[in-house]
Amino acid sequence: MDMYTPSAVLNEQHIIRESISMPNSPQNKNIGATLDKLFRYTTMFFAFLVFILLFGIIITLLVGSLPALKMFGASFFTSTAWNPVTIDFGGVVPIYGTFITALIAMLIGIPVSFGIAIFITELSPNWLKRPIGVAIELLAGIPSIIYGMWGLFVFAPLFADHVQPWMNDNLGALPLIGTLFQGPPMGIGMFTAGFILAIMVIPYTASVMRDVFEIVPSMLKESAYGLGSTTWEVIWNVVLPYTKTGVVGGIMLGLGRALGETMAVTFVIGNAHELSASLMMPGNTISSALANEFTEAVGDVYTSSLITLGLTLFVITFIVLSLAKLLLIRLSLREGKQS
Amino acid sequence: MKSETVMKGLDNKRYMRRKFVNGLTLSLSVGTVIFALTFLVWILWTLFSQGLSHLTLDVFTKMTPPPGSSGGLLNAIVGSLYMVFFATVIGTPVGILAGTYLSEYGKSGWLAPTTRFINDILLSAPSIVIGLFVYEVAVHSVNHFSGWAGSFALSLLVIPVVVRTTENMMSLVPSTLREAAAALGAPYWKVIVNVVYKSARTGILTGLLLAVARISGETAPLLFTALNNQFWSTDMNQPISSLAVVIFQFAMSPYEDWQHLAWAGALLITLFVLGLNILARTVFRQNQSHS
Amino acid sequence: MSTQTLQAKISAKNMNFYYGKFHALKDINIDIPASQVTAFIGPSGCGKSTLLRTFNRMYQLYPKQRVEGKILLDGKDIHSAEQDLNLLRAKVGMVFQKPTPFPMSIYDNVAFGVKLYENLSKSEMNDRVEWALQKAAIWNEVKDKLHQSGSGLSGGQQQRLCIARGVAVKPNVLLLDEPCSALDPISTARIEDLIHELKKEYTIVIVTHNMQQAARVSDYTAYMYLGELMEFDQTNTIFTRPSRKETEDYITGKFG
Repeated sequence: MDMYTPSAVLNEQHIIRESISMPNSPQNKNIGATLDKLFRYTTMFFAFLVFILLFGIIITLLVGSLPALKMFGASFFTSTAWNPVTIDFGGVVPIYGTFITALIAMLIGIPVSFGIAIFITELSPNWLKRPIGVAIELLAGIPSIIYGMWGLFVFAPLFADHVQPWMNDNLGALPLIGTLFQGPPMGIGMFTAGFILAIMVIPYTASVMRDVFEIVPSMLKESAYGLGSTTWEVIWNVVLPYTKTGVVGGIMLGLGRALGETMAVTFVIGNAHELSASLMMPGNTISSALANEFTEAVGDVYTSSLITLGLTLFVITFIVLSLAKLLLIRLSLREGKQS
Repeated sequence: MKSETVMKGLDNKRYMRRKFVNGLTLSLSVGTVIFALTFLVWILWTLFSQGLSHLTLDVFTKMTPPPGSSGGLLNAIVGSLYMVFFATVIGTPVGILAGTYLSEYGKSGWLAPTTRFINDILLSAPSIVIGLFVYEVAVHSVNHFSGWAGSFALSLLVIPVVVRTTENMMSLVPSTLREAAAALGAPYWKVIVNVVYKSARTGILTGLLLAVARISGETAPLLFTALNNQFWSTDMNQPISSLAVVIFQFAMSPYEDWQHLAWAGALLITLFVLGLNILARTVFRQNQSHS
Repeated sequence: MSTQTLQAKISAKNMNFYYGKFHALKDINIDIPASQVTAFIGPSGCGKSTLLRTFNRMYQLYPKQRVEGKILLDGKDIHSAEQDLNLLRAKVGMVFQKPTPFPMSIYDNVAFGVKLYENLSKSEMNDRVEWALQKAAIWNEVKDKLHQSGSGLSGGQQQRLCIARGVAVKPNVLLLDEPCSALDPISTARIEDLIHELKKEYTIVIVTHNMQQAARVSDYTAYMYLGELMEFDQTNTIFTRPSRKETEDYITGKFG
């Protein structure tokens, strides 16, 4: 709208006049057309570069994985071995750890993100919306290595002294899930890693949820209020169903982050190549195994096994992020149709 | 009819339960905000209380020390600045040109939508995998770690951010502006370079600042590309030190001097990254209020 | 005014309304008669929708909007501490400019409000849903696809679905905020017929920008201008012998 105000129009013409020399001869025109093409193809080339980067990554990692895949075949993905001395490697422990820590992160992160998004869109007074939004985004700005240090030096000791004994006593005795919470109170381990991941993904998931909640037409919400619904009933029965693809997209985005996060996890996971039933025990994830071992790995097969893990991580996150993207695209298409 | 409407108020138990659920869930929502803010404050407080006392002049004037002795972070700070600088210089033109294609020429064909999709995936791809890729391409093949490899890895993280913001900001430029320029007889590339870029420049700058903020805190992609270097070096062909990698190494070590330096470095890097974030936001908001 | 002979369902007494600092409704006094159709007309921005939205306190969703003065429903102040907001809204139903089917099936759309307040068995609920859909004259069109999504219906059908949803909770009052503004003439005619049907049991207040519609469907008409209630009388009187010059100008199209 602004551009129709007189000053904006003047400004616009000013920009244009200042910056464009008129082509006045046929020769000039030809050069213009050639340059046009040149510019177009240059930008196209760089777009193509981004396009093939993905395939470059996959092919490069695939080539790097070949020695390990040749040696172990598909059993790489079913073996829990990890022995540099006997050169016997399998991916189960770090792959399991990657999924479990991400799962813990999601179990904690999703409800918290949901609550934050609800607060910002439905409950917060106007003056508080901005500061809360900025504060949550600052969480995303803190480098992951800081989360790792804080986790190792501050959170883990506190967790070991005050929370773990309680979990051992109370949750450890439960049938079936009890073993998940048993173990020595060391502070570090898969649960700690998952918990810190949860805090790290909250800003991403919460901001997507907030954005999609904001597109719900106010008339739709008013209709539900008009029937006598409470705020929670409006959120649960109208806002959430209306935005479910977007919400799932936001969750997948957070999941993608949690699966691939390296430094924070590396600090607190304990780096142990062991499969344990308890979440309180040290473990490993793909990214922490890479961060800890890659530069020290000796021999082709060891290195190649680590690259195979990297490729696996890339493929998993690729699938998760693609789903996230597709869901968000679907929501925005539907939005476009309705308005 | 009338008598039935009165009935509604009478199912009191049900209504009380609904109100209770509403109160409970909304309080939980407030609780989640407090939860997140608690951790933000806690982490920042830890950083300041641990880092501030060790952030001495030595940190900026001395080299990283061997275990058990004191020193500074000068070589790491300079190494980080070098790599971030070159990564930005490499990544920015690539990102802007690719973003230009998506915004200006991407209306038809398969390349633009596919690239847009892939770019969004790369935006959230695990940075350690990017490091692995660069290791294979630029370290393994020449058989030594180098500052260039580190810069290259970081530039691959810059590109998707710049592509995304460039495209978004250029699409915001009203098409009437393009038409007005084209109506004067300007070739399209001049329309883009002189009119569209000019209108979108603060937005693109914001994206650039965010990209720099992102790579400044990155550790994972440097671990096996730039590696580390205990000594002063600005030779990009050799392994080079970086703040993030030094923090990682020092924090995980058992030596107290090293841990103290790690906290000082952590405070430094966080202030830098959050400062850039806030700067980007300010630039962007000023731009919005102008237009 | 001649409305005094009738029982007042909703009354506003010296009511003022503010959007932040903007004084949107000025000293409104009106008695909406029970079991009649009352129409609010006036140029856009005159406050007719705003007035409607005070009757179920919908404005309270937005922090900067506030009311001064009194609004009575059946003689009771709707802003009093004893009046529960949700129960008020269950008693005063509302239909909006655009159809707003909830993202769920046709059946669930109608059952939604009922479930909030009543504990019905499956068959009772089925009866209620059918009853409401029949009241809204849409039963025959949807009875075979009750479990399909409500957003698959045409605009006119969606709007009647929303009316069914409002009727299903058995409110006393139905507030219609330009319910036909997004509909084609045929759908509009069906909704108008429906309003005639519904007024036997409900007090209906309709906001419309269309004077012919007001003349067709309403018993009483209020003309509003710049946040003031200029004239309120029987529809016949308003359209044939308005007592104020401003009203006449608007009715006859001399306005603006």
